Amino acid sequence: MVLSKEQMLDMYRKMQLIREFEETVAKLFSQGQIPGFVHLYVGEEAVAVGVCSNLNDKDYIASTHRGHGHGIARGASVNKMMAEIFGKMDGYCKGKGGSMHIADVELGFLGANGIVGAGLPLAAGAAFANKYLNNNGVAVCFFGDGASNRATFHEALNLASIWKLPVIFVCENNMYGISMCQKRHQNIADVADRAVAYGIPGVSVDGNDLMAVYEATAEAVKRARAGDGPTLIECKTYRYRGHFEGDACVYRCEEEVNEWKKKCPIQRFAARLTEMNIASREELEAIHREVKEQIEQAVEFARQSPYPDVSELTTDVYCD
Amino acid sequence: MLEMTYSQAINAALREEMRRDSRVFILGEDVGVFGGCFGVTAGLYEEFGPERVLDTPISETAIIGSAVGAAAAGLRPVPEIMFMDFMTVCMDEFFNQAAKMRYMFGGKARVPLTLRTVCGAGLGAAAQHSQSLEAWFVHMPGVKVVMPSTPADAKGLLAASIRDDNPVIFIEHKMLYGISGPVPEGEYTIPLGKADIKREGRDVTVVATSAMVHRALAAAETLAGEGIEVEVVDPRTLVPFDKETLLRSVEKTGRLVIVHEAVKTGGIGGEIAAIVAEEGFDFLDAPIKRVAAPFTPVPFSPPLEAAYIPDENKIIQAIREIV
Repeated sequence: MVLSKEQMLDMYRKMQLIREFEETVAKLFSQGQIPGFVHLYVGEEAVAVGVCSNLNDKDYIASTHRGHGHGIARGASVNKMMAEIFGKMDGYCKGKGGSMHIADVELGFLGANGIVGAGLPLAAGAAFANKYLNNNGVAVCFFGDGASNRATFHEALNLASIWKLPVIFVCENNMYGISMCQKRHQNIADVADRAVAYGIPGVSVDGNDLMAVYEATAEAVKRARAGDGPTLIECKTYRYRGHFEGDACVYRCEEEVNEWKKKCPIQRFAARLTEMNIASREELEAIHREVKEQIEQAVEFARQSPYPDVSELTTDVYCD
Repeated sequence: MLEMTYSQAINAALREEMRRDSRVFILGEDVGVFGGCFGVTAGLYEEFGPERVLDTPISETAIIGSAVGAAAAGLRPVPEIMFMDFMTVCMDEFFNQAAKMRYMFGGKARVPLTLRTVCGAGLGAAAQHSQSLEAWFVHMPGVKVVMPSTPADAKGLLAASIRDDNPVIFIEHKMLYGISGPVPEGEYTIPLGKADIKREGRDVTVVATSAMVHRALAAAETLAGEGIEVEVVDPRTLVPFDKETLLRSVEKTGRLVIVHEAVKTGGIGGEIAAIVAEEGFDFLDAPIKRVAAPFTPVPFSPPLEAAYIPDENKIIQAIREIV
């Protein structure tokens, strides 16, 4: 896999952007500045970035309730995302969707989703559209280990496999479905094993290793674009924060969290970049500073944006 | 005018819309080689091939979920759910995804899908293959709800539904597939949200939906012999609902009977009655009457099923009580 320095630094930047975005949202949420509730992606950055770095403008992604990282990796504006989370008019959805529904169909982002496992058939359908329109586009669905127990998983994978749809099913196995550890919610160690039931490839990779995710996805995308159908990729990862902000996390211990923090996907990729002499520590620090500034500006943009006028309440229900 | 069955009219609309627009495609259980459980999609597979008439596994969740994704990505899917009762297993895909996508995304998505499905009792198909669940969908902002009663309406309303950029649930009645009626030649559409007065009258307004339109017309015929002139209004689409035609009719007649096959409790009849109570109370010379099924699952045994479905006598009785 030959990537240019620029591409690799862009991937690094995107991971930092996600981390900074999420940590800022956590802080703002704890200060009561954000309505509703939020589910953060801290610790899983390598999955979104490793996958989306393989996509082009004809491609689609369908996301989860933990969708900020996917949006940023797909190239969404952090200003408009932040404004949406604040419920403001300049947000992606005019403040009507919030954290769990950030979307931009034109960007190929079919939305975060409040329903666990709902994205799987949506992505199959978007992949069908690409195949039907013969535009060589693919669709990716992100979902969690918990979602892999839902009927949507079975029906979407089965349909995609018999129709050879250009779709990549990316399971972000972060070990927990809300509070329930994977060991308790399914009797298998690898979600990738389920691919056998659909006669499609299933691969399990270290989800905190950006290049491992990137390469597995590249292979799956190649296969999809060639007309050979779907792939199930399982990325083993971990969410540093609770299921939602404010989650007391009584179902897991501090040691487990600390063990995973040692496997930070961003630090790991930074080490790789410096070891390979692709970038110096200083260059990476400079990127980090730029990212922090970008997020500060996003917060400022969100704060400045007005709330939607109450007349917006009943618009956008139907197309004219 | 051509003479056509309700089933043939739907088939003709599907064929014409698929010829018109290459983005239109059909998917569902047994819609292809088999031609549809009720024969409605017969011949389409032969004309348009397996790329546009797709047989799916028995996977309602995937049928509607993938139709939503395909619609958001630029196509115009026409999924079929063989019996309306099976909507219970894909309600998330329809209710939470299709219906809300446009609103949740701040007006930046279009979900032009037309879900065809089949309601109604009368075939001895019992409680899991006979329901009329239209009220569920009327309660769902973001979706349009269509219930045609005649071949001509079915054809024009289906063409309009497929051309509409919103998710539409198009509810056919299994006992109407075989009825014949005049259908205009060539392509035409009937706007969604426009009621049709199926029979003019001055004494009482009967609002009836789907198969009940025919029973209301039969009741009107009988009562005409006694000098009672019944006006039969068919809303044709429940969302959007044509309030103007309803209110104008009630203003003229002063009396209202609502007839639907679904159970009375929580049914669309309550909504129609409430519209008139709120906006046309002064027009009323008598209490509003509802004729609907009892609050029970649909039974299997023929005499029980016959008693379940509102008939001409019940409609006549309700009219007599207020005229």
